[in-house]
Amino acid sequence: MTDSKYFTTTKKGEIFELKSELNNDKKEKKKEAVKKVIASMTVGKDVSALFPDVVNCMQTDNLELKKLVYLYLMNYAKSQPDMAIMAVNTFVKDCEDPNPLIRALAVRTMGCIRVDKITEYLCEPLRKCLKDEDPYVRKTAAVCVAKLYDISSGLVEDQGFLEQLKELLSDSNPMVVANAVAALSEINESSPTGQPLVELSTNTINKLLTALNECTEWGQVFILDSLSNYTPRDEREAQSICERITPRLAHANAAVVLSAVKVLIKMMEILAGDTEFCNTLSKKLAPPLVTLLSSEPEVQYVALRNINLIVQKKPDILKHEMKVFFVKYNDPIYVKLEKLDIMIRLASQVNIAQVLSELKEYATEVDVDFVRKAVRAIGRCAIKVEPSAERCVATLLDLIQTKVNYVVQEAIVVIKDIFRKYPNKYESIISTLCENLDTLDEPEARASMVWIIGEYAERIDNADELLDSFLEGFGDENAQVQLQLLTAVVKLFLKRPQHTQGLVQHVLSLATQDSDNPDLRDRGFIYWRLLSTDPAAAKEVVLADKPLISEETDLLEPTLLDELICHISSLASVYHKPPTAFVEGRSAGIRKTLPARQGSDEGAGAGAAAAETTVIPNQESLIGDLLSMDINAPAPSAAAAPAAPLASNVDLLGGGLDVLLGGGSDIGGGGAVSAAAPTTTGLLGDIFGIPSAPTMYTPPKVIWLPAEKGKGMEIYGTFSRRSGQMAMEMTITNKAMQAMSGFAIQFNKNSFGITPCAPMNVPALQPGQNLEYSLPLNTTGPVQRMDPLMTLQIAIKNNVDVFYYACQIPIQILFGEDGTLDKRVFLTTWRDIPGANEVQYTLNDIKGNTDTVSNKMTLNNIFTIAKRNVEGQDMLYQSLKLTNNIWVLLELKLQPGVPTATLSLKSRSVEVAPYVFQAYESILKS
Amino acid sequence: MSCSAIYILDVKGKVLISRNYRGDIDLGVIEKFMPLLMEKEEEGLLTPILQIPECTFSYIKTNNLYIVSTTKKNGNIALVFVFLHKIVQVMTEYFKELEEESIRDNFVVIYELLDELLDFGYPQTTDTKILQEYITQEGHKLEIQPRIPVAVTNAVSWRSEGIKYRKNEVFLDVIESVNLLANANGNVLRSEIVGAIKMRVYLSGMPELRLGLNDKVLFESTGRGKSKSVELEDVKFHQCVRLSRFEIDRTISFIPPDGEFELMSYRLNTHVKPLIWIESVIERHAHSRVEYMIKAKSQFKRRSTANNVEIFIPVPHDADSPKFKTTIGSVKYAPEQNAITWSIKSFPGGKEYLMRAHFGLPSVVCEDTEGKPPIQVKFEIPYFTTSGIQVRYLKIIEKSGYQALPWVRYITQNGDYQLRTN
Repeated sequence: MTDSKYFTTTKKGEIFELKSELNNDKKEKKKEAVKKVIASMTVGKDVSALFPDVVNCMQTDNLELKKLVYLYLMNYAKSQPDMAIMAVNTFVKDCEDPNPLIRALAVRTMGCIRVDKITEYLCEPLRKCLKDEDPYVRKTAAVCVAKLYDISSGLVEDQGFLEQLKELLSDSNPMVVANAVAALSEINESSPTGQPLVELSTNTINKLLTALNECTEWGQVFILDSLSNYTPRDEREAQSICERITPRLAHANAAVVLSAVKVLIKMMEILAGDTEFCNTLSKKLAPPLVTLLSSEPEVQYVALRNINLIVQKKPDILKHEMKVFFVKYNDPIYVKLEKLDIMIRLASQVNIAQVLSELKEYATEVDVDFVRKAVRAIGRCAIKVEPSAERCVATLLDLIQTKVNYVVQEAIVVIKDIFRKYPNKYESIISTLCENLDTLDEPEARASMVWIIGEYAERIDNADELLDSFLEGFGDENAQVQLQLLTAVVKLFLKRPQHTQGLVQHVLSLATQDSDNPDLRDRGFIYWRLLSTDPAAAKEVVLADKPLISEETDLLEPTLLDELICHISSLASVYHKPPTAFVEGRSAGIRKTLPARQGSDEGAGAGAAAAETTVIPNQESLIGDLLSMDINAPAPSAAAAPAAPLASNVDLLGGGLDVLLGGGSDIGGGGAVSAAAPTTTGLLGDIFGIPSAPTMYTPPKVIWLPAEKGKGMEIYGTFSRRSGQMAMEMTITNKAMQAMSGFAIQFNKNSFGITPCAPMNVPALQPGQNLEYSLPLNTTGPVQRMDPLMTLQIAIKNNVDVFYYACQIPIQILFGEDGTLDKRVFLTTWRDIPGANEVQYTLNDIKGNTDTVSNKMTLNNIFTIAKRNVEGQDMLYQSLKLTNNIWVLLELKLQPGVPTATLSLKSRSVEVAPYVFQAYESILKS
Repeated sequence: MSCSAIYILDVKGKVLISRNYRGDIDLGVIEKFMPLLMEKEEEGLLTPILQIPECTFSYIKTNNLYIVSTTKKNGNIALVFVFLHKIVQVMTEYFKELEEESIRDNFVVIYELLDELLDFGYPQTTDTKILQEYITQEGHKLEIQPRIPVAVTNAVSWRSEGIKYRKNEVFLDVIESVNLLANANGNVLRSEIVGAIKMRVYLSGMPELRLGLNDKVLFESTGRGKSKSVELEDVKFHQCVRLSRFEIDRTISFIPPDGEFELMSYRLNTHVKPLIWIESVIERHAHSRVEYMIKAKSQFKRRSTANNVEIFIPVPHDADSPKFKTTIGSVKYAPEQNAITWSIKSFPGGKEYLMRAHFGLPSVVCEDTEGKPPIQVKFEIPYFTTSGIQVRYLKIIEKSGYQALPWVRYITQNGDYQLRTN
């Protein structure tokens, strides 16, 4: 006999009938009736009217019946709070039942009844249950504390439940420990102050690690997740935690494996990068991650989203595992798309042939979304793996030959990007593209094609006809296509003015008179004005070189990436968004960051935590990201403004608007506005660097050799750098009674190989006379590491004697003019440098705003790669290069109106850090 | 963690049964689940995680049922999915088949199970064998109250004490599945072996088991590097195995659950020849006919034999009037799957067989494009493992000192075995 009979009841007077059955004296009848009630509840009928009658059945020694009544209570107590109080007595009594199953059941259910009046009565039984002799009851009570905290956090704190819970961490039973950890983590996460209420001590950690070996698979996950919030005191502790967690990687439960991976990656952050221990550990991570791809598709999906993060954080771990990400015919679409994404991330020159042949295969599948993404992926490979660009283009051409409509369109969109990356290289394929003009019906593809025609108008014989054919239906086109058409026709006119005047007038009138799109109209007017006032200027503006695009596509920002690594296997790691983006209120918890590295200031963690990270939008439009990413970076900065007329084409206004509007719709032509970071800084260098050479900061002269030690010769000196030339500036005074002559100078070996370019050429110095002398320097001398690093020992000789003295070289004179980095290179370099090589510093007394700071730095060959404003703070990403090719990467965090700033430095040679900080100080004060 | 609620829905999205664990999300949000799922499916953006402002849905689908979990926190989503699959496993073990009917028939037990599996969104006891000791389908007709099995909170949470068998036996099945992906040119893109050791344990008391394999790492560390051994790339163990022990000295020691379970799984990449290789020549004559020439080759040792070989060859969905010719086995056309199946009962090693098929094609070409599904192969080769893995011993120690017999079987079968076609 099955339970389904309970669902069939007579419709009429149902409730009434049930009521009488519930009050029947016979136990069996009662039970039947309660089952009917629950059945009705299950199918969504409201049976709350039976509340008193059901509660009456609560006092029974039949466990099944009791469970059903409890279930009913949980569902309806909220709607009947006054009557729910009737149940309290039974609950309290049940909490003392000799059968632990019933004690646990009672305390579990009570915690689920979110009625204040009941909660009051919960405290006493809960206190007892937390100390129950049976572990089953204790483990249930532990979770109940978290329940109570959710209802009334004050009550939990006042009644000392937190302490009791903490004691359970040392319970002899592993299940109790696991649940206590889970409850504590939950309470910590929702703590109103954002600070954990209960900190884990080293002692507790040890207990947890022991319990880890004995508790259930789920308990292991609770413990691992809570361990991931712990920051060990030192490397030794981190290493021992790693050692004890590594065996978990062999657990059959995928959740255990992923949580273990999370802890391990976090601990590795603390360990010094290149030790053997770390390397072995890295190697151990790959096989379990690969095995996750044989689990259920949903778990695979979670694993792939996480692998996507891990591949960005630690590219080495999976670099040889490309093949496992090959797509299988029967993979669900969401798995296919994620695999594709990871394939592109892992693509390199070594495996590109394989990847391309796979991608080509995918492009002939049936699933349209997948095919599109595969085609886009080929384009991304072309941009990412430069030496293989040609093969990628050939593959795309093959695909265009298939004439499958959406494949062709997608291919054209990515080819446009390839043209942007490799201008004047693959134009031979334009004719093939033009053949497919008629089949394009999607705005993005049409716009891309129009851009290509405009850009290469001089090479396409019938460009005017082609564009003219588009103009016929101008009004019906998508705004994005209209904008491109306008720009393309203007380009065509500027390149071939002979027969295209009619065309350009036509399009200008279409844009300015017939359109009610303000964007289009404004752009039309600007072109018009420009063309009519100064065609030469128009040419310069419209046909200016476009900045190249690079493959930074959808790399996550380092700070966001670090935060997400802390959230491996959680929802955040799947969304690739910080929890604050989708969890409301306080339960979002505190911001997680990777642990502060050894040797860095305490502020490291907190500093990173404050940085609001931005999520790079729409993952699905891969190449589209290229453009939109650049836009939010340096374009709006005031420093870039003077450069804009040179770099940007006409789309000053249109482009500006696009920036405001998110710029997603803008491609190609308008994309020039997105002035990619490298060129901008390059321009900055050009504009400010050269004329400003005299303003590069030179420290005031200090006394190097006092007269009493130099037998009458006194030397004041400093170092300077002008237009890339280093020099030692000296004031030599003769305080002796006789003339001095025969000057010569020699440098000892020093850290940077600094040496004079030419021998010292100083005329004889009469008594009382002084002389300003500038000795040009280069860095071709012998190198020996000095301590302190910047010390330079000098021997200077005259007809009297040889004198020795030492001075400190200000490090900024070693900053090269070529110290700017491509934005992407900056990102990858920043990531690649191990955390141990990060140092923090606080700058005080900062004057001026971000732009003046940035300008000042640029004058001194510290280049701003990107600027971001997050949560009211300005973040400047800066780089500099020393003469011996040491790169130093910096992140300067400024807050308008606050005179202090935080500077984080990363470099392979971190010993230069204090000197760089000194340089910052002095440059800022200059 | 923290599932806020668990729902089981039928294929149309109607709630069959649900349990609210945290009360922080209105149970009614589930109404939005199905429309959202359909919308995402339409857009081709379907993922197992769906987001609405109120919460996140995570779901799996099985037998036309949706098992859905809701949360509004940043929960451990990997755990949620593993757990949802666990629910299906437990209920299948309880009711044989988890489907709409069995849910209605057992709703009382399901409520009890849901109460025990999860507390406040945190998974608790999920071991069917143990659950069955205190949650039974018969109801407790006798007025004896069930007690909590000690195992629930024990360090050995998967086995109860006091189990008794008259004859103590253990069966070990070493099953290797070969995954293969080859492209149309006949190049092997990927080939790996996923092995599993499954056990059926009928042992009394609390036996301590130790399993010895010809594991390369172990052999090398014990100086037997020259003996034939297998390098396991990744090993996963059932929770009963002492992982730290394995990490230290590669010993696989455990107290097994009672009955059937998977002790371990392993994975290794191989460069061995594909066991069964298929060459296909497909000639399409548009608007008239399509011809297939399929050659199947067994590339394992002559003394082994593959049983129940089935070669699954996709054909165009508008193909008609099939004709087949083959030297061995039988060929069947399954129009509902757009495929032909060539079955060979027994396929000895080192042989080569041929099959020809001929289909007519309509003169009118249909609009929608077809993908190119791969050829798939099913087979079973008993008494043989591709990796060469061997069970060297299974030691069984129980304090009562009984003698138990271990039985070992080896079998190699197809896993995800796909050969792409032109």
